[in-house]
Amino acid sequence: MMKARVTVTLKTGVLDPQGKAIEGALGSLGIEGVASVRQGKVFDIELDAGDEASAKAALERACERLLANTVIENYRVELV
Amino acid sequence: MRAAIVVFPGSNRDADIERALVRAGAQTVRVWHAEPELPAGVDLAVLPGGFSYGDYLRCGAIAGRAPAMEAVRRHAERGGLVLGVCNGFQILCESGLLPGVLMRNANLRFLCHRQHLRVERTDTAFASAYAKGQAIDVCIAHGEGNYFADPDTLARLEDEGRVAFRYCDADGSLTKDANVNGSINAIAGIYSQNLRVLGMMPHPENLVDGLVGGTDGLGLFESLAKAA
Repeated sequence: MMKARVTVTLKTGVLDPQGKAIEGALGSLGIEGVASVRQGKVFDIELDAGDEASAKAALERACERLLANTVIENYRVELV
Repeated sequence: MRAAIVVFPGSNRDADIERALVRAGAQTVRVWHAEPELPAGVDLAVLPGGFSYGDYLRCGAIAGRAPAMEAVRRHAERGGLVLGVCNGFQILCESGLLPGVLMRNANLRFLCHRQHLRVERTDTAFASAYAKGQAIDVCIAHGEGNYFADPDTLARLEDEGRVAFRYCDADGSLTKDANVNGSINAIAGIYSQNLRVLGMMPHPENLVDGLVGGTDGLGLFESLAKAA
């Protein structure tokens, strides 16, 4: 069984009102020096695959077809 | 007009849109999301509002990959009519049947109120009962209705006249305040290239009966009933 982590983040320039709200909340908590916050998603996935290459290929397909909306999101696949 | 209403786990506006279709003279049938085919002879596939799959992952993301959506895609490829309202619009964008994406409302609030829309064109199966530029009074009820598309897609939508409705004030003016959820170019609904697929965030089905405060939404369903 392989373990993978998929990280989905908003593309640069896409408005992230949730990140902005978190940024504001951090400011009101008095946490200093926070310049900006962008919110994303992390998926920890266990999968059966013959080798790393086929695991990565399956995860790429998962990202393209479901995990990320590539209109507004980027994704990164790591085997861990 | 025969309309198939696709019901997903978490759809909750299916009964309302069915009532609107029946009022306009359509025959309706419900289709469960796991069905691989639409019933024969269906003119219009309808994706109702609601919270399919609890809005997990992204609104409409999981419903957009349901078996029934493959049937809806084939129906659209044959030139069939498709209407997606609210969560239905999100599903159409997630399935790739319409371009762009619906993001969290710019002010982060769930917006639930009456809203005017400007009718951008009337030479379609969905809007023939309206006048061009008319401000219709319908409802919105969504947290993720902030339409976004990349600049190339947006330019193509505008050049091809594929914006169906824009958020406006009661006079039909496109003011900043009227664009309540921050949608790019105040877009409330868009058509596919062949003008046979319409996705829109507002709920025309809420305003089809004078008893509940207005009938401006009925025109959309009457247009559809006349079209097929």
